[in-house]
Amino acid sequence: MTNGVAIGFDTIKPEVDFYVHELYPLNFFGTTVYITTTHVCTFIVILAIAILALAARRSVLKTKDAPSKFAVGVEIVIGALIGFVNGSMGKAGKKYINYIGTLFIFVFISNISGLFGLRPPTADYGTTFCIALISFTMIQYAAIRYQKWGYLKGMFEPIFLFFPINVISEIATPISLSLRLFGNILAGTVMMALYYGMLPWLFQLGIPSALHVYFDLFSGAIQAYVFCMLTMTFIADKRNVEA
Amino acid sequence: MGIDNEGFINGCSAIGAGLAVIAGIGPGVGQGIAAGHGASAVGRNPGAKGDIMSTMLLGQAVAETTGLYGLVVALLLMFVKPFK
Repeated sequence: MTNGVAIGFDTIKPEVDFYVHELYPLNFFGTTVYITTTHVCTFIVILAIAILALAARRSVLKTKDAPSKFAVGVEIVIGALIGFVNGSMGKAGKKYINYIGTLFIFVFISNISGLFGLRPPTADYGTTFCIALISFTMIQYAAIRYQKWGYLKGMFEPIFLFFPINVISEIATPISLSLRLFGNILAGTVMMALYYGMLPWLFQLGIPSALHVYFDLFSGAIQAYVFCMLTMTFIADKRNVEA
Repeated sequence: MGIDNEGFINGCSAIGAGLAVIAGIGPGVGQGIAAGHGASAVGRNPGAKGDIMSTMLLGQAVAETTGLYGLVVALLLMFVKPFK
């Protein structure tokens, strides 16, 4: 009953569990697809973000003179995100703050959801590849919008023989973006599952907290940062080339 | 002592997975070099710590990708088992 990226390896101990589980079968025109752990965890993450956002809106709207601690925290986070986007995109940052901010918050909360006992949604290639496809669409749209025919001409540079290589390097962008995020988070998930499943109870007191700080918090924050940073770098790169 | 077909393929897959994660050497060296240069840059110009930090992390993340390809190949060999 395990499927997705990792299909059961019969000789591994049953306590070691980092698989995507199939929970509920659905029939679509003869093919059976499953509601998996990833879907459930993604919905929990989305619910958490929605509740946070509603609470933030309420506390900011309620502010008259002295803002509450929560409102100040929200302002700090939003200010940091705006500074982060403007710092690497300059004037164009205003157009992309919505997308990059959403991306960062979703990926970050997905990555650290391992702390709360969920299987991180970003440890499934389906999730990361879809996010990377959205980024890829943004990048290509920026290229076509701002370079117009120069983009097509740039594909044939320095000589026309380089056309296939240029196309491959464009297509490699979402794949490397998604595999980077997926590989990092899956590695953390596998390590934690191995640690919890293979060692006796004595080692499970206190030590896992340090591992969680590294694999979930540190690695998750870095990867969310890198994903957004690379997306912005690619978009800015496509926008700024003089065609 | 006979080894049946499936056991042989599983063993070879495990060896291949082990060989695939050797790819981790390269990114390790590369990230170390990047971190070392980042440290010396901060030593030379402590005021630019934030910029150096973000540039270094970005470069390290890009360098890490090749190692992660090795990891993904290893995981595919171990758990998806493309060779039956």
